[in-house]
Amino acid sequence: MATITLDTVRKVYAGGVEAVKGVSIDIADGEFIVLVGPSGCGKSTLLRMIAGLEEISTGEIRIGEKVVNKVDPADRDIAMVFQNYALYPHMTVYNNLAYGLKNRGMAKDEIDRRVKEAARILEIGDYLDRKPRALSGGQRQRVAMGRAIVREPAAFLFDEPLSNLDAKLRVQMRVEIKRLQKSLKTTSVYVTHDQLEAMTLADRLVVLSGGNIEQIGAPIDVYDKPASTFVASFIGSPAMNLLKVRKGAAGLELETGSGLTAANPYGRDRYTLGVRPEHLSLVEAGVPAGALTLKATVNVLEPVGAESYLYASCGGTGQEIVIRVESHARFEPGQEITLTAQAKDVHFFDADTGRRVES
Amino acid sequence: MKRVQFTNASLPYLLLLPQLAIIVIFFYWPSAQAIQSSFYLEDPFGFGSTFVGMENYTDVLGSNEYASIARFTIAFTLLVTFLSLSIALLLAVKADAVLKGSSTYKTLLMWVYAVAPPVAGLMGVMFFDMHIGPFLKVAAFFGWDFKIGLNYFDTAFAMVVIAVWKQIPYNFIFFLSGLQAIPKSVREASMIDCRSGFRRFWSIILPLLAPTAFFLLIINMTYSLFDTFGIVDVVVKDKAANNPITLVYKVYMDGFRGGDLGGSSAQSVILMLVVFVLTIFQFRFIERRVHYG
Amino acid sequence: MYKSKLSDHLILILGSVLMIGPVLIVFLTSTHDAVEVHRFGLMASWGDHFTETYNKVLFKEGGFTGQVTGVRMLINSLILGIGFGIGKIVLSMLAAYAIVYFRFRMGTFFFWVIFTTLLLPLEVRIMPSYEVVQQLGMLNSYSGMIVPLLASATGTFYFRQFFKSVPDELLEAARIDGAGPFKFFIDILVPTSKTMIAAIFIIMFVYGWNQYLWPMMMTNDEAHFTLVRGIKQILLVWVGSQIPEYNEAFALAVLAMLPPVLVVLIFQSWFIKGLTESDK
Ligand SMILES: Nc1ncnc2c1ncn2[C@@H]1O[C@H](COP(=O)(O)OP(=O)(O)OP(=O)(O)O)[C@@H](O)[C@H]1O
Ligand SMILES: [Mg+2]
Repeated sequence: MATITLDTVRKVYAGGVEAVKGVSIDIADGEFIVLVGPSGCGKSTLLRMIAGLEEISTGEIRIGEKVVNKVDPADRDIAMVFQNYALYPHMTVYNNLAYGLKNRGMAKDEIDRRVKEAARILEIGDYLDRKPRALSGGQRQRVAMGRAIVREPAAFLFDEPLSNLDAKLRVQMRVEIKRLQKSLKTTSVYVTHDQLEAMTLADRLVVLSGGNIEQIGAPIDVYDKPASTFVASFIGSPAMNLLKVRKGAAGLELETGSGLTAANPYGRDRYTLGVRPEHLSLVEAGVPAGALTLKATVNVLEPVGAESYLYASCGGTGQEIVIRVESHARFEPGQEITLTAQAKDVHFFDADTGRRVES
Repeated sequence: MKRVQFTNASLPYLLLLPQLAIIVIFFYWPSAQAIQSSFYLEDPFGFGSTFVGMENYTDVLGSNEYASIARFTIAFTLLVTFLSLSIALLLAVKADAVLKGSSTYKTLLMWVYAVAPPVAGLMGVMFFDMHIGPFLKVAAFFGWDFKIGLNYFDTAFAMVVIAVWKQIPYNFIFFLSGLQAIPKSVREASMIDCRSGFRRFWSIILPLLAPTAFFLLIINMTYSLFDTFGIVDVVVKDKAANNPITLVYKVYMDGFRGGDLGGSSAQSVILMLVVFVLTIFQFRFIERRVHYG
Repeated sequence: MYKSKLSDHLILILGSVLMIGPVLIVFLTSTHDAVEVHRFGLMASWGDHFTETYNKVLFKEGGFTGQVTGVRMLINSLILGIGFGIGKIVLSMLAAYAIVYFRFRMGTFFFWVIFTTLLLPLEVRIMPSYEVVQQLGMLNSYSGMIVPLLASATGTFYFRQFFKSVPDELLEAARIDGAGPFKFFIDILVPTSKTMIAAIFIIMFVYGWNQYLWPMMMTNDEAHFTLVRGIKQILLVWVGSQIPEYNEAFALAVLAMLPPVLVVLIFQSWFIKGLTESDK
């Protein structure tokens, strides 16, 4: 177990692509860190630099107190779980787990003890004599996890380990990984582009975009106070509604038309204003209007079971917004509605940079 | 190549060393010698050699005999390539189409791949033999007085038949696996879109088979030029006099039997150029195939 | 669904007959005696000289060739086929491993040095190759027969293609598991390539066994003759003989065909996979 420190780490690939542009993170001992971001943002590159599979162009990575920039992957005391599992196809499950330990010259009975223990934890004891090709996707996933666990490393590294599983299994394994990590208390870095996976697993989230860190924080903080429009639209589903607004006669108004009333707490001329679908409610008899009201026209209602998403346009030009509504609500296309949100749920971002405005 | 590679100061060179050593000694050295001696005239009694510039080339290219051998080689190559490809394609299409017995036919049609060209040649010579060959009776029935080894055309005919017979299985294997690689859904879609089986084959299947066919085209040309040596040798039995021979056979005859090292080398170099061009085509093609699928 | 028609089967049966027929007739004829063959031509029936003919061809010294038995030639053919197959696999696996899995200076240069050999078959440099082998004193030797044939990149090309298709993560996982270049090669790569190795071995065995021109130039000492090389000798003996020993010639041809044909038939699926998937 150990801390992991990234100090302005950069990666420039041979072709000149700058995949990671100076990233610094301090990962505490036993912490579960999730790197999240859209495809191509440099998540895998960052993880692979920690693993030692990719050279570090500039900057420094420390595992514990030790600078590992030049240390071989095998000597970094880390274990990695790959997206395609990378199980050795010709070895039995047992040997897949044992291979790394054998290479370290561990005693046979200690290897056996560890393999059996990992098999017990992951419930793969029945398959130890099988080859990977005789296993289902979920079982392979467990074996890949087992290969990491037996090593009892200072850190686990995961690169989208669940993305080859079907939706149901994914949820199940997600819970299991979380439980496992909590009981083993091994520092973990986990890469995913699935924001839900990121939210549920992470002690702290690192949101990446274009090789830069957009925000680091506990999932709920990132959700409550997204540092930028990028984070706002990436974390949370459906994504936060973002509206271009400007200073009007009274408070703020939409840049594209009428229908919005809101206060202007920071006195600026222009903002991008954000409200999550779940924070918009209908103004009906008995519901008081909040800090923001918005008139909109219903387009379509999309039921997903436990709730429904109402798509509506506002501001005349047909900018579409999403509202989360109760599952049995009824709406007709063309119906006029008025929406409202509380002051604490309205986010203000700089109209040009997209950064959060808090003063 | 790989995202992550080993970096080791000496190991990669050690791994390459055996292959490189053999290639340098038995490929580059002889190839260089061939080029070099193509510019020299070797003394027939082994007393050194004299530089003659392009003379060997002009001799070779100016000779009527060489021209006629070249013509035969081209005709032979085109015929063998065309016939073995089209027969193999026909068989592959049928083997792919039948529901029952497809794999039995496949086995029956492919195994001749393993027969060596000279062995095929020997068998062919027997079938066309003047004393015991059954083919003679067939030919005689049509009033054709077949004389292998004596009549230029008849000998050429036998060579082509043997060379085609030997090459069909190879082409068949590739065509069949090419056909079987066409996704079922594509066939089903074409079945819905197009009524006529022949049109379907022509407009959907054949274009999808084109990469395989092109690859085979080059391979078959190389086969006809070089690998048929055993067949030619067995059919003409060292009596090249009035018989059709291929360019490679001529290189061997002049160099090994005739002792004309310079002329033989010049011919080698000419052949090198021919293969070179063929292979460049093939490479470009393989590159493309790697990129697109 | 497409219905297979009678004509499809007819074409396929005709094709199969044309492929098998000649070989079958050659085999049947080889079971008759020479005089019979000389008088009646090729035979489509079983004769009663099978044991006699094959005994003679296999064990009698000088059936055709003066000093050498069929068994000796069979052994020589096996040495050439197996030796070539193994040599090819060892050399080309090592070279392809270096090319695909290592980063080193001049890597691209060596790659081209090796792959240029695909451009020119042995036949076009046959004379100078002969001279080189002669200068090295390798005439009439197994190494002289095998080693120069190894000077081509086909195998390396096959393995390079295959290694490139092995998932990158396998190497990465192995490195994290503490495997160096040797361990990775022995523990992971070779076992992963097993089918590929088998397929290439079959292709190379057949290729080596069927060599004709090179062994013919290389060996005049009959003790080194292979079966395929022996074909040439049959023909030389024929010229000028009254009643050629057709039956023995055919028996020898059958022997020369049998092992590669068996190998290809038995390992059919591997062989086809190796042949078609590696794109030559
Ligand atoms: N070996 C490489 N050479 C050059 N550029 C690369 C290489 N690997 C990745 N890149 C580039 O670096 C950037 C980041 O890649 P990376 O694999 O880290 O993305 P990612 O965030 O993991 O995306 P994904 O979610 O699709 O896996 C991308 O633009 C990619 O094209
Ligand atoms: Mg990735």
